[in-house]
Amino acid sequence: MEAVVIGVGLHPFGRFPGKSAMDMGADAVRLALADAGVTWPQVQGGYIGSLEVATPDAIVGRLGPTGIPLRGVFNGCATAGTALALAARAIETGEHDLTIAIGMDKHPRGAFAADPSVAGIPAWYGQTGLFLTTHFFGMKINRYMHEHGISQETLAAIAAKNFRNSAGNDKAWRRTPLSVEQILASPVLNYPLRQYMYCGPDEGAAAVVLCRADRAHRYTSTPVRVRASVLRSRRLGAFEVQSPSVPAGEPVPSPTVDASRAAYERAGIGPEEVDVAQLQDTDAGSEIIHMAENGLCADGEQERLIAEGHTEIGGRLPVNTDGGLLGNGEPIGASGLRQIHEIVLQLRGTAGARQVPGTPRVGYTHLYGAPGVSAVTVLST
Amino acid sequence: MAEPRPVAEGLFTWPATEPRLIAAECADCGLISFPPAAPCARCGGAESKRRLLADRGTLWTFTTQNFRPPSPPYDGHDTDETFVPFTVGYVELPGELMVEARLTEPDPARLTIGQEMRLTVVPYTVDPDGTEVVTFAFAPAGAGQEA
Repeated sequence: MEAVVIGVGLHPFGRFPGKSAMDMGADAVRLALADAGVTWPQVQGGYIGSLEVATPDAIVGRLGPTGIPLRGVFNGCATAGTALALAARAIETGEHDLTIAIGMDKHPRGAFAADPSVAGIPAWYGQTGLFLTTHFFGMKINRYMHEHGISQETLAAIAAKNFRNSAGNDKAWRRTPLSVEQILASPVLNYPLRQYMYCGPDEGAAAVVLCRADRAHRYTSTPVRVRASVLRSRRLGAFEVQSPSVPAGEPVPSPTVDASRAAYERAGIGPEEVDVAQLQDTDAGSEIIHMAENGLCADGEQERLIAEGHTEIGGRLPVNTDGGLLGNGEPIGASGLRQIHEIVLQLRGTAGARQVPGTPRVGYTHLYGAPGVSAVTVLST
Repeated sequence: MAEPRPVAEGLFTWPATEPRLIAAECADCGLISFPPAAPCARCGGAESKRRLLADRGTLWTFTTQNFRPPSPPYDGHDTDETFVPFTVGYVELPGELMVEARLTEPDPARLTIGQEMRLTVVPYTVDPDGTEVVTFAFAPAGAGQEA
C-alpha cells in the first residue's frame, strides 16, 4: 500500500532563546496534525530524529502518552530522510495506517565539533585541525570547478538565489537578501567558499503526517504521494567527508548518486520529470554539485543554467524555493522534513508568494552529510 | 630544548631526513590503507603488512582553513586571535591512494591542481613543556612544476 502525505507542520527555523527543541517539536507536530485534520491519538506509530535531544521520543509527554511505538532515528544530516522513509515504510508494509515523522534540534553557534574517535578516526586527525566538514566542501567544489569550468560568480549566484527565496519566507532564518557582490566580498572560510556561501547550524522543528493512499480522501483532497524514499551510505573509493585517505583507482560515485538512481528507479520517474527540487546546500558549491549528482543536469552545465535563471522560482527547475539550508540554517533532525514541507506546499499549489508557476506534479528532496550518507525522496501529486 | 615529537607514533617514519607515511597493505587483496586499517575495508582480510607510501605525488585538490578549527579536538597552541590560516589538500600517490594533509604553501593563489608535491614534516603546536609537536605535510616539489 502506497503512503501519502496528508499533513505538514513547520516550526520556524532560526534562534529561539528560552524555547527547547522539544517544545518546537511539539509545536510542529500540532501544526502537522491540524493540517491533516487528525488528532494525536489517531497516530499509530512514528519516527523522530534529533542530534541534540538524547531521548527525542520523550516528546510523547508533550503530545499525549498513547503507548504507540515512537522510534528514535539518526543519520546525521540525512536523519529526517530516515524518519520520513520509515514512517512511509510502516504504511507500505501494512504495519500502520497513519504515521508521523518528526525532527527537531537546537544547536549552539559555530561549526560542529566532535571527537574523531567517535567516528572511528585517529586522534591526530582532529589534533592537527583536519576533523572538519567545512574544508571538505571547499576541496570538493575546488576540484569540481577545476574539472567542469564553474566560476566563483556562479557560487555567489546560488547563494544570492537562496537568500532571495528565504527573504520571502516568513519561517526562514535569513530574511535579508544578499547581492552577488556582497557575497563575493565576505571573508573566505575554506577557499573558494566564503562566509555567505555556507549554511549555519540553528534551531527548528518539522513534522509530516502520512496515511494509506486508499484512506487519504478522508483527510484531504490534495494528498502527496511518496513515490520513493531511499538512503545510501558511502562506498569504498568515494570522495567523502572525514577521510584521511581515499583509495586509488576509478572514481566511485557519491552516495547521493546511488540514492538518486535508486529513487528514480523505485518511483518510475526520471530526472527530466522533476518540477521542483530541494537539494542539500550545506554550501553554495554543494548545490552546484548536487544538481548533477541527482541527475538534474550534466556536469558543467550549471554555469550556463544558473546564469539563465534555470533554478529560480520562475525557471524550468526551481531549486530550494524556500531558501534551502543557506536561508533556513540546519537543525539537523528537522532539516529534511522542512524540505518535504516545502515540496508538499508546492505540489498543493499553496506556497504563496514563492509558488512555482504552472502545476508542479513531481517534487524531489535530497540530503547529504557526514560520514558520507545521502537520502532522497521523490514525491508526486 | 627537547627533540620535536610526532603527533602520533606509527604515523610516519621518525626521526628521518626523508620521512615516509606508514600504511598497511592487505595480504589478501592488496588494498592499501592509511592510516592502517584492519580488517581490510575491501575484502575483510585480517592480515596485512606494513608499507611505506611514496613521498611524491600530485595535488588533487586543496582549500584553505581560514578559521581556527573547533578545539578540542584541535590542539594548536594558538587562539582565535593568533590563529594563522593554513591550507589543506588531497595528494594523489600514483597506484597507492589519495592522502589528506596540510600543505606548506599558505597562499591558495600559489597552488595549482595537478602540481607535484613532496612529503615533509612540519611543527604545528607546542607542548606545555616547550616540546615542539610535528605532523606530516606536503610541500610543492618545485617552482612551476605542474602536471
